[in-house]
Amino acid sequence: MGNASFVIVSHSKKLADGLIQLASQMAGPSVHMVPAAGLGDELGTSATDIVSAMETCPEDGAILLFFDLGSAYMNCQMALELSPPAIRDRSWIVDSPLVEGVIASSVVASMGLSQEEVIAAAEEAYHIRKVAE
Amino acid sequence: MIGVGMNLEQFANFIHDYAQRLEALKDTLNELDNRIGDGDHGTNMARGFHTAQQQLQAKSPEDLGAACNVVAMALLGSVGGASGPLYGTIFMKLGGALKNLAQADIEQLIEGLQAAKTGIIERGKAQFGDKTMLDVWEPTLEYVTAHSCDEELLQAVMVARIAALETRDRVAKKGRAAYLGPRSAGTCDPGSVSSGLFFEVLISAWRGGVETIPWETLVL
Repeated sequence: MGNASFVIVSHSKKLADGLIQLASQMAGPSVHMVPAAGLGDELGTSATDIVSAMETCPEDGAILLFFDLGSAYMNCQMALELSPPAIRDRSWIVDSPLVEGVIASSVVASMGLSQEEVIAAAEEAYHIRKVAE
Repeated sequence: MIGVGMNLEQFANFIHDYAQRLEALKDTLNELDNRIGDGDHGTNMARGFHTAQQQLQAKSPEDLGAACNVVAMALLGSVGGASGPLYGTIFMKLGGALKNLAQADIEQLIEGLQAAKTGIIERGKAQFGDKTMLDVWEPTLEYVTAHSCDEELLQAVMVARIAALETRDRVAKKGRAAYLGPRSAGTCDPGSVSSGLFFEVLISAWRGGVETIPWETLVL
């Protein structure tokens, strides 16, 4: 399996683009990251846009969907249901804080680790304090 | 007596009329959503069903299942907020139940609507009373399942309207309104209002004879 790919599902195109810029800097060019964000010029997410983004991901790796909030999660679920099994069976929706989760797990993905470890890195981001107590 | 049902033309009229009514009610739905949500329910729904109506005209599907799928995909690509996946799910489930049918009788329609309701529950994880569209779908479906003869169907419109208005006093448990806690009481749930309108227009397309009500004055 190749490196996991990341689909960033956000209501805001700017938020997704900015996060990809930031995470790519940390993880390097080997991790495919693609936005599925905004609705035209407005805020919003769309299941069909997510499906299109998933289709751009390399065929030999896992696809991880990260989302910002609320209905973005429902649209991720719908996107999985709309995808053909060949894509759906290697796709996961990740429950993590968006910025910290994507950065932590894209770094792990760049090291070629399994998708279980990549997802675990994202989920652990809920528990990592940024300021020492 | 001709049985109550729905053919492709009636379905197209339903989508057309619902799109028009949503456009007319857009500001009211936005105002409700401004009070307890993010203020775009009217704009999102009007845009979504306008797109759905256009796609339906452009693609002229040959059976009800295909027509529902056209509407579902249009909504998923154009609504933006939570209504996109929720109303998209409604039409996908309806489309599954009406697959390959050029015309559906009342039992088939109700079966499709039941599947749609189950889909909403699975998608949104809401329960009756959470101040979501399910607060309208649950009692309306319960009513039409028990009273599906022609005359009684008109009464279902009233059931849906009352259910939508009854969300006013509830405290929201889902979506952005839930962040407001008790402060969400006092405003009708916009998704319940658009669902009340959905049943009004749907039943009007099934059998006609449904009088419209001034939603904008009742819900604000």
